[in-house]
Amino acid sequence: MKELMSGNEAIARGLYEAGVRFAAAYPGTPSTEIIEEFSKYEGVYAEWSPNEKVAVEVAIGAALAGEKALAIMKHVGVNVAADPIFTVSYTGIEGALVIVTADDPSLHSSQNEQDNRNYAKFAKIPMLEPADAEEAKRFVKLAFEISEKFDTPVFLRTTTRVSHSKSVVPLEDPVPYEDKTKISFNAEKYVMVPAEARKRRIEVEKRMQNLKVFAETFSENKMEINNPENGIITAGMPYNYAKDVFPEFSYLKLGMVNPLPEKLIRDFAARVKNIYVVEELDPYLEEQIKAMGIKVTGKEIFPYTNEFDPGIVEDAIKGKEKTAIAPEITVPSRPPNLCPGCPHRGLFYTLNKLKVFVTGDIGCYTLAYMKPLSGVHSTICMGASIGMAHGMSKALKEKGKGKIVGVIGDSTFIHSGITPLLDMAYNKSNAVIIICDNSTTAMTGMQEHPGTGYTILGEGTTQLDLEALVSALGIKNIRVVDPYDLKNTKAVIKEELAKEGTSVVISKRPCVLFKRANLKAQEPVQVDPDKCTGCKACLALGCPPISWKKVEKKEGSKREGVAVIDKYLCNGCGLCLQVCKFNAIK
Amino acid sequence: MTVNDVKSILLAGVGGQGVLRASDIMCMAIMEAGLDVKKSEVHGMAQRGGCVTSHVRYGRKVYSPLAKPGGIDVLVAFEKMESLRYLNYLSADAAIIVNSEEIYPPAVNFGDARYPDDAVAFLKNKFKIVKEIDATALARKAGNIKAANVVLIGAISNLMDIPVSIWEKVITNSFPEKLVKVNLTAFQMGRDD
Repeated sequence: MKELMSGNEAIARGLYEAGVRFAAAYPGTPSTEIIEEFSKYEGVYAEWSPNEKVAVEVAIGAALAGEKALAIMKHVGVNVAADPIFTVSYTGIEGALVIVTADDPSLHSSQNEQDNRNYAKFAKIPMLEPADAEEAKRFVKLAFEISEKFDTPVFLRTTTRVSHSKSVVPLEDPVPYEDKTKISFNAEKYVMVPAEARKRRIEVEKRMQNLKVFAETFSENKMEINNPENGIITAGMPYNYAKDVFPEFSYLKLGMVNPLPEKLIRDFAARVKNIYVVEELDPYLEEQIKAMGIKVTGKEIFPYTNEFDPGIVEDAIKGKEKTAIAPEITVPSRPPNLCPGCPHRGLFYTLNKLKVFVTGDIGCYTLAYMKPLSGVHSTICMGASIGMAHGMSKALKEKGKGKIVGVIGDSTFIHSGITPLLDMAYNKSNAVIIICDNSTTAMTGMQEHPGTGYTILGEGTTQLDLEALVSALGIKNIRVVDPYDLKNTKAVIKEELAKEGTSVVISKRPCVLFKRANLKAQEPVQVDPDKCTGCKACLALGCPPISWKKVEKKEGSKREGVAVIDKYLCNGCGLCLQVCKFNAIK
Repeated sequence: MTVNDVKSILLAGVGGQGVLRASDIMCMAIMEAGLDVKKSEVHGMAQRGGCVTSHVRYGRKVYSPLAKPGGIDVLVAFEKMESLRYLNYLSADAAIIVNSEEIYPPAVNFGDARYPDDAVAFLKNKFKIVKEIDATALARKAGNIKAANVVLIGAISNLMDIPVSIWEKVITNSFPEKLVKVNLTAFQMGRDD
């Protein structure tokens, strides 16, 4: 049987076929669908953890109990989870542990494009890198085998193009799940106090030496000798780009990128004259191969930034100059935008009007940094909005009074906003934090979290009470507003900005795309062209259905155009009715 | 067919138009016809009304899911203006199918930019095979405005060497029962237009 699968679907299938039944993750593009697909298989335990660090710790716990466990995250999630990852590398595990890092060259949906192959080397953890969906399914199984054999966590690295491209995958029968879980005591191995960690540190180096030997004959480090003149050393998706344009070259395709098979690389170098290292982002393979004293061409001709395609590989090797084609016709850009009826729109419209500095966070609402809302002024990482608002207000002292607002979504707040908010209460801060509670993890596609009252498996569960939590952290001023009510939202935020100490405003309304909220779209609204003065006040909402159409200027009238609302896009949220001073929208 | 007998199709549109669903259906038909196929797609931010593209590449053996600039044999633009965004990806003799639907981006809504409504004339001037199709109107006629993507599949099926019976089988398997008839009609309308 064959199926068309994305890399992410194939990983989930591979887990199932390998008898893996335990996975934990936090949503993040391009990794999100792996656990969503995995959770659909019979008999699995899957969970959305509050963040990636917790996901890894949960998986470590399961592995310590003898289970085969997986933790899944996007590349920046590994930063959050780095603490346990670096030390589980010392302890090893009882069962098996694989960590998926889904990298995002070209920053399709991320705040940076870090190359997480560096983590493998840094944390001394082996890493496999598939090039397409078929390999993704096979490699995740191999990752578990390596984990069991070498008593080590194993990284499986994908990139967006592997995770989100689809290809033909042959399906195999699953091996039945074998319950090997038990409690076993082994404090010397699992209590990483200095005395024990020093001993494990030596074991890590031994393990890496053993893995180097293993890598030399590992079935997925493949040499194809076609042409003694030109050859390419590569791994992952760039292999496909190169094969597409240079099918006649020789290849050394590395399925395992940490540790590297030195003998195999030397053997390849002895058989091929000119060698190119084709890799996206960092010169990760190139530097190690050059350190072996082997002459290769890499970042001298290939870009450091963005993902490749066959054209980039071809142009670099053939030495073709990029000729800029003069655009003969202008195509306006089409940036993503907040949806019609999005509850964030009213909030950021208000913040813009209040002329405050908004430390933003990671979520749909980050899009509000764009014109015309222009309501976000910094975004660094998950949770940073709160710590930064605190730091700014402390540094600015009186100058910052009433001018600093941190904005964070509900899922992001749970991910890493709780501790910085505690810091604000503890260190007597002076800023307003707004939690946009849309009852879901919207940006990545409606995932559950501890505030939704449901698990990934669809079971009802304890629902986090945000107000009670915020209060327990020591915050005295807590208000709840409906961001569809512009007047009250503005009044409440203004009142809180005037107060001493930290305030939390919960801007509460479900995401318009959230099915469980059962939101019925209201009747679409329309502009009365006779009443509209063409003032463009409604356009300041940046709502997709609202556009502005030029009209012929009449004598004695200053009106140059009118607003038009596309009735097929409008969901009737009513914000534009509230901003129109001429009652022209009904 | 270009290098290595691999054919490359680029589907381009806007979030919500069913571009990815259409490329899935195309891939399944290609698979059913016994060929190798790979496709790329854009997720994440594209859900919020941004551009959506999907490369579909098929032949005896496909490596890259992305075509190189200048390597696209067929462009299907689900939205009129989007037909102009990826011109550097098209081969000189590319065939182009353009849906008449216009979806204004924010800059046009604000009156800061002009919508290039002369897109089709521009393309006809540069490429030999340019076909405009009002997929939205045809879909409405077929009984569901959302089937515009399947109308476009019908149009592109004329340029692919895959038997109609395979297309019909794949479309039948791709939708819940109550939507199958509408989509089969939409497919046929796109094919006949």
